[in-house]
Amino acid sequence: MTDTTADSGAVETAETTDEALGRSYLSASGSTLSSWLFTIDHKRIAILYAISTTVFFFIGGAAATLIRLELLTPAGDLVADDTYNKLFTLHGITMIWFFLVPVIPTTLGNFLVPLMLGARDLAFPRLNLFSWYLNIGGGLLALAAIILGGVDTGWTFYTPFSSFYSNSYVSIAALGVFLTGFSSIATGLNFIVTTHTMRCPGLTWFRLPLFIWANYATSLIMLLATPVLAMALLLIVAERWFGLAIFDPTRGGDPLLFQHLFWFYSHPAVYIMILPGMGVVSEIITCFARRRVFGYTAMVFAILAIAVIGFFVWGHHMFVSGQSSYANLVFSFLSFMVAVPSAIKVFNWTATLFRGRITFEAPMLYALGFVGLFTMGGLTGLFLASVPIDLHVHDTYFVVAHFHYIMVGGMVSAFFGGLHFWWPKITGRLYPERWAQAAAIMMFVGFNTTFFPQYILGYLGMPRRYHAYAPEFQMFHVASTLGAVLLAVAYLMPLFYLGWSLFFGRAASANPWEATGLEWTTASPPPQHNFFSTPVVREEPYNYHPEGTPKDA
Amino acid sequence: MSGLSSFISAASERARQTDLLFFSATALSGFIVLLVAGLIIGFSIRYRKNSNASRAELPPPLLREFETGWTLATVLLFVTIFGWASAQGFGAMTPAGEPLQINVVAKQWMWKSEHPGGEREINELHVPADRAILLSMNSQDVIHSFFVPALRIKQDVVPGHTEALSFIADKPGTYALLCAEYCGTQHSKMTGKVIVMEEEDYADWLSHQEADNSLAAQGERLFTTLGCSGCHGHSANVRAPPLENVYGSPVALADGRIVEADDAYLRDSILQPKRDVVAGFKPIMPSFAGRVSEANLLALLAYLKKKPQQEARDD
Repeated sequence: MTDTTADSGAVETAETTDEALGRSYLSASGSTLSSWLFTIDHKRIAILYAISTTVFFFIGGAAATLIRLELLTPAGDLVADDTYNKLFTLHGITMIWFFLVPVIPTTLGNFLVPLMLGARDLAFPRLNLFSWYLNIGGGLLALAAIILGGVDTGWTFYTPFSSFYSNSYVSIAALGVFLTGFSSIATGLNFIVTTHTMRCPGLTWFRLPLFIWANYATSLIMLLATPVLAMALLLIVAERWFGLAIFDPTRGGDPLLFQHLFWFYSHPAVYIMILPGMGVVSEIITCFARRRVFGYTAMVFAILAIAVIGFFVWGHHMFVSGQSSYANLVFSFLSFMVAVPSAIKVFNWTATLFRGRITFEAPMLYALGFVGLFTMGGLTGLFLASVPIDLHVHDTYFVVAHFHYIMVGGMVSAFFGGLHFWWPKITGRLYPERWAQAAAIMMFVGFNTTFFPQYILGYLGMPRRYHAYAPEFQMFHVASTLGAVLLAVAYLMPLFYLGWSLFFGRAASANPWEATGLEWTTASPPPQHNFFSTPVVREEPYNYHPEGTPKDA
Repeated sequence: MSGLSSFISAASERARQTDLLFFSATALSGFIVLLVAGLIIGFSIRYRKNSNASRAELPPPLLREFETGWTLATVLLFVTIFGWASAQGFGAMTPAGEPLQINVVAKQWMWKSEHPGGEREINELHVPADRAILLSMNSQDVIHSFFVPALRIKQDVVPGHTEALSFIADKPGTYALLCAEYCGTQHSKMTGKVIVMEEEDYADWLSHQEADNSLAAQGERLFTTLGCSGCHGHSANVRAPPLENVYGSPVALADGRIVEADDAYLRDSILQPKRDVVAGFKPIMPSFAGRVSEANLLALLAYLKKKPQQEARDD
């Protein structure tokens, strides 16, 4: 009983003795600052993104910490009203546009897409580097808005508050988000062209790892939806600077137009955030269950169905905004339908465990946590898709809990799972397993303690974005804040033990998890041009138990 | 009347229906979560690396049947919940009987309401029980959202739109009223109370209110009932000259003259609107000659004169 031969039939790699080719991407082109800032190597750009998204994650996290501390007591006593409003805006803007949207595609995706396709780089390496500068430019504008005095519109920028009533730095922040949108578009374009044109011989569409499918579908959404957000934000800036009457009701504009434009991007954006996480989890669960993914074809079509139907459900954010009841009916139905492919994925992940040979390293713990939390987040999404329930819980903590279950419980768990899973490949070092397992468990516990009470708060009628609240709600907020402390520790721990492993971790072999997939056939860390010779694929993905070799213990 | 019950009591039939739907959905979701968690934990134990459980392959047709089976089951389940929820949503739309219409104005950061007899309240809303109430809501500035947890209803109040919200409360009591749409600095303080009273208590309460019967207040009501506000109001869809602070100010006319908006000008504009058309607007206003009595004309003028001070007082 051994799995060591799992990938031996997958590829042919020719050994080479060429010294220059053999050096890893970390050392091949030097270690000067400019060798990093002007690199066009997708792996180094992934590291640049990893650093910038980590910075934004901790900025957004610091804002969340202050919010949770303020909410320990019913009175708004820690910070002023406007400060609180600026904190939740800061939290939302940085977490969504500078962490959740870019993080998996631009770090893990940038690093792995060419490796998984057997390619030397992305199709447009210079565009890839440019996208990082766009992201940083947008991020700096957003940070400038914060340093100048902050923004108080909420991440949703609803008009006419954002266009006429807010006295904060709305335009600069909106332009920051506008700019970083182009970074998303560039990344999406790069992934689409790369997936279409640079697959290595034998790697047919239905042999692609699900991580590739997920990033491909995400890229389509980025390309099609982001321009609409860009327009909506520019119109706000135009209203503020030039007095154009687009959303101003006193001059014939309509605030609801903004909501339609905004959610036409921002609902698909939810899938931009969650689909890559689903891709990561599919890779991890198959590897640690030593099992081919259950229903590969169904998984692929589920990903595509989510991406397509996701474009037609934006109206469920507007059930209480005075939208026609018939529109509500249609959007409600489509919102139920978009949940079907998600449910299929949950069942398939679960079924993948059946007759597996399961081990519980940290990536697996994160992935299993993802499945549980995503299931809870997805099911509560059905509550919100039901109009009568939404009329009550809309804009309450129920919604806050729901999307944190998807975004944080789901997406962030998946990201940490993927980070640990591919850490040996990216850095060439093994991380300390026990510490990582402890962090994964603590994240799961801390997350539920933080956000489960918020479902109850929401149903009781606690609105979101409230600086002060009725004393009846305090015990739920106290539980939530205590959970947030655990969660903060769980997020800080990897910073230390992963940092430690960079210097003191044991060297990783090419394939420490005995996983399938082309990225594991090359050295850890990979050489500058990824492969010594172009790989050739001869089999299905996730071939953990090849036909004809039953592996009964 | 205090504490959590002002939020969570179910004060209408509709609230109880929403609760039934919510708790059914919760039970169902709880079952699904337990099923998924149970399978994950069960498989994790049974198929842990060194266990002796069989790892034989299942035949592919069986696997396909599993896939089809749970896909269809999911679709069926979701359509069922959707059907139930929508039936309730549409049932609640039909208003029962002649409703009592109350006007609500939302502004940063208060709720103002006006009963049919002119009685006004701020951050409180008294309504009779067991009677259809129709709130006609406008916003003076940004988007607000009228939220009464005990009634399980919420309606955004969007500037430029007149939003309707109807309900029948059947349980007298004092319930929380909240603004649910983020509206700026003191969003979390834009709260109040909805007081549901027995019909006779409501009548009693009304009789103890001092309806504002000043000439300007009468004029303001006429401004709405005659339809002036339909075009000149804050939330009008027709483009007409705004009338805030118009009294005593210079007005540029379409033919190039500039006149002062004094009593005579305002009076003429109501009775012979085609005579002095304001620059930049179409001559679409109908004449009100013969439709508005002299007394009412005075009241309207009093309202137009008074408007600025009145706003100042409210602020």
